[in-house]
Amino acid sequence: MLLNIKNLTVAIEGKEIIKGLNLQVNKGEVHAIMGPNGTGKSTLAAAITGREGYEVTEGEIWYKDQNIIEMDADERANLGIFLSFQYPVEIPGVSMTNFMRTAINAQREYRGLPPMPAGEFLKLMEEKKKLVDIHSKLTNRSVNEGFSGGEKKKNEIFQMALLEPTLAILDETDSGLDIDALRTVAKGVNELRSEENAFVVITHYQRLLEYIVPDFVHVMYDGKIVKSGSKNLALELEDKGYEWLKEQSLV
Amino acid sequence: MSDQTNNILDEVTKGEYKFGFYTDIENDLAPRGLTEDTIRFISAKKEEPEWMLEFRLKAFRHWQTLEEPEWAHLHHPPIDFQGIIYFAAPKKKPQLSSLDEVDPELLETFDKLGISLDEQKRLAGVAVDAVIDSVSVKTTFQDTLAKHGIIFCSFSEAVKNHPELVKKYMGTVVPYTDNYYAALNSAVFSDGSFCYIPKGVRSPLELSTYFRINAANTGQFERTLIVAEAGGYVSYMEGCTAPMRDENQLHAAIVEIITMDNAEVKYSTVQNWYPGDKQGKGGVYNFVTKRGLCKGNRSKISWTQVETGSSITWKYPSCVLMGDNSIGEFYSVAVTNNFQQADTGTKMIHLGKNTRSTIISKGISAGKSNNSYRGLVKIMPGAINSRNFSQCDSLLLGDKCGAHTFPYIDTRNQSSIVEHEATTSKISEDQLFYCNQRGIDTEKAIGLIVNGYAKEVLNKLPMEFAVEAQKLLSITLEGSVG
Ligand SMILES: Nc1ncnc2c1ncn2[C@@H]1O[C@H](COP(=O)(O)OP(=O)(O)OP(=O)(O)O)[C@@H](O)[C@H]1O
Ligand SMILES: [Mg+2]
Repeated sequence: MLLNIKNLTVAIEGKEIIKGLNLQVNKGEVHAIMGPNGTGKSTLAAAITGREGYEVTEGEIWYKDQNIIEMDADERANLGIFLSFQYPVEIPGVSMTNFMRTAINAQREYRGLPPMPAGEFLKLMEEKKKLVDIHSKLTNRSVNEGFSGGEKKKNEIFQMALLEPTLAILDETDSGLDIDALRTVAKGVNELRSEENAFVVITHYQRLLEYIVPDFVHVMYDGKIVKSGSKNLALELEDKGYEWLKEQSLV
Repeated sequence: MSDQTNNILDEVTKGEYKFGFYTDIENDLAPRGLTEDTIRFISAKKEEPEWMLEFRLKAFRHWQTLEEPEWAHLHHPPIDFQGIIYFAAPKKKPQLSSLDEVDPELLETFDKLGISLDEQKRLAGVAVDAVIDSVSVKTTFQDTLAKHGIIFCSFSEAVKNHPELVKKYMGTVVPYTDNYYAALNSAVFSDGSFCYIPKGVRSPLELSTYFRINAANTGQFERTLIVAEAGGYVSYMEGCTAPMRDENQLHAAIVEIITMDNAEVKYSTVQNWYPGDKQGKGGVYNFVTKRGLCKGNRSKISWTQVETGSSITWKYPSCVLMGDNSIGEFYSVAVTNNFQQADTGTKMIHLGKNTRSTIISKGISAGKSNNSYRGLVKIMPGAINSRNFSQCDSLLLGDKCGAHTFPYIDTRNQSSIVEHEATTSKISEDQLFYCNQRGIDTEKAIGLIVNGYAKEVLNKLPMEFAVEAQKLLSITLEGSVG
């Protein structure tokens, strides 16, 4: 098992947001997480990736046979956990090239590899740019600076493609994308999918799941997963909304 | 900012000063304190001509009439000017012609600092004048430069070998009456660099001076004079370090630049004097007067500085734009950490027609430090159609540090345009987490973000030094993240 979350409770500034959540992800799987606004989907992503201030008050997060709850965020990233941010951050003056070279070399260093030669790195950039159909215009600029909402999301997938993580969490990567961009992002994900990695896709829309077909769909409500099912669950949600689940979760 | 951000900040700003070692060499010292005798001692040690001694004494007598200035945003206990040793020279008086005659201890010192005085090993394209405490120990590539008619030597040598040039220009841009520390420097300065670019010559090498304070209880008072005749060009760079000591040390320098018609001088500084420890103990007081005179038409002077060291920095590299169509530029990154204080900026004085000036200042404060930009843009009535653009940005790491901006603007004609922009920002937790999530640790992330922030200025540095400066920025903020 790649990711095994057991009875996880997470608090922000003393307030409990995740309230005893369980989730198991195997290599080769795609899991979709859906659920109303404010139920803790991004909080879950932050807890898995080790963001400061997200306090695990109970439970465990096992990744590749180790409990990672005490581990720093950069180390988790170096172990192959990637987050496509719901709100990507701008870093003025730091070029995408410099940023990604720093990231790739940090990850290589962690794995005991020498820095990637400049030529090899540039070739890799070119290759991945094509994969997610992102313009050099963008990659020559500072990290996310002045990017449109959709461009930022594409840029997340571009970074994912460069880093080739083992576990990728996509937090509403589809929000704000036009139809073509949505297809490109899905294409990027599908090409990276393999028997060796897994994806957790957080989304509000069934549409994305037509392109990235999940093995499981989970519904999160009030800090817990209240229902899990196949991809058909997403269709059901699209149809019925969340109200019926709220009633279920109260019992 | 949350506590947790501050904790991270505290941790990351714990970097150590890497140049704090001391070389045990025998010194020739002046007696402690400052009287006319001290000045005669220095002048005699340097075997100076009478006119030089006269200049010093005039400056000294003027200095005695002055009060030590008090600065709005700088705080330090009173300086005991009688407690300082005003002259310290490595005893084995080095001959300047060959490396073999330089004390091996000194060569090793400079090697340790990453400044090789061996021309074979030196970065191609850079000539160095190495100054330790009060004297220049070695100037490299003098022969190569001489072929182009360029004079690059220590100030003492210039007084001996080129007295007519020194007499003609010394004190014309920064007179000894200019301010308290300029008067002091004019009285007691011990060495420094001199550079003369003849008409129409572009220097084939970057010139640089490396200043090192070594001896205890001494002050360093050097002066630099650069003259570029019509059509001349030179890019000049200075670097500085000092050992770690508990007491404060005074550094009061003067730099004068003069450019004639169409001449250009680029002056870059990477200042890394010992900043004091984390409790604010020790460190160098860096009180410096730097000024350039664009005397000729279409001439240009450009100051670029990366200020990371010193416990107190007080400096305003300035341009007097006298020639028509002349250009002045000031690009600055000033980083303060722990208890450092910096009050720095520039003065752009527009006298000639169609003169232009640009000011880009990036202040970065961490720890409990204070960082001020103070600048004056003065456009005189005759400076018609002149322009200034100023941009002053401050970046805060944590919430115990301060950033202040004091722009003074004085425009005395209608046809000129002055623009000023200012911003203040913080390194956010979001940015750090974003970097962490890509596998970049917090210390590297701060280096990355700060270098990105300062990029506009770093890009102005000569290539050889830009890389050094980038590293230095990261090191200065090591242990300070948030
Ligand atoms: N830093 C914070 N401080 C206080 N409360 C927070 C913080 N971050 C999140 N929360 C709260 O935690 C709850 C869960 O937020 P989260 O962002 O995880 O929701 P989400 O399921 O991702 O919602 P959306 O679908 O809108 O993205 C919300 O009520 C939110 O207001
Ligand atoms: Mg969310």
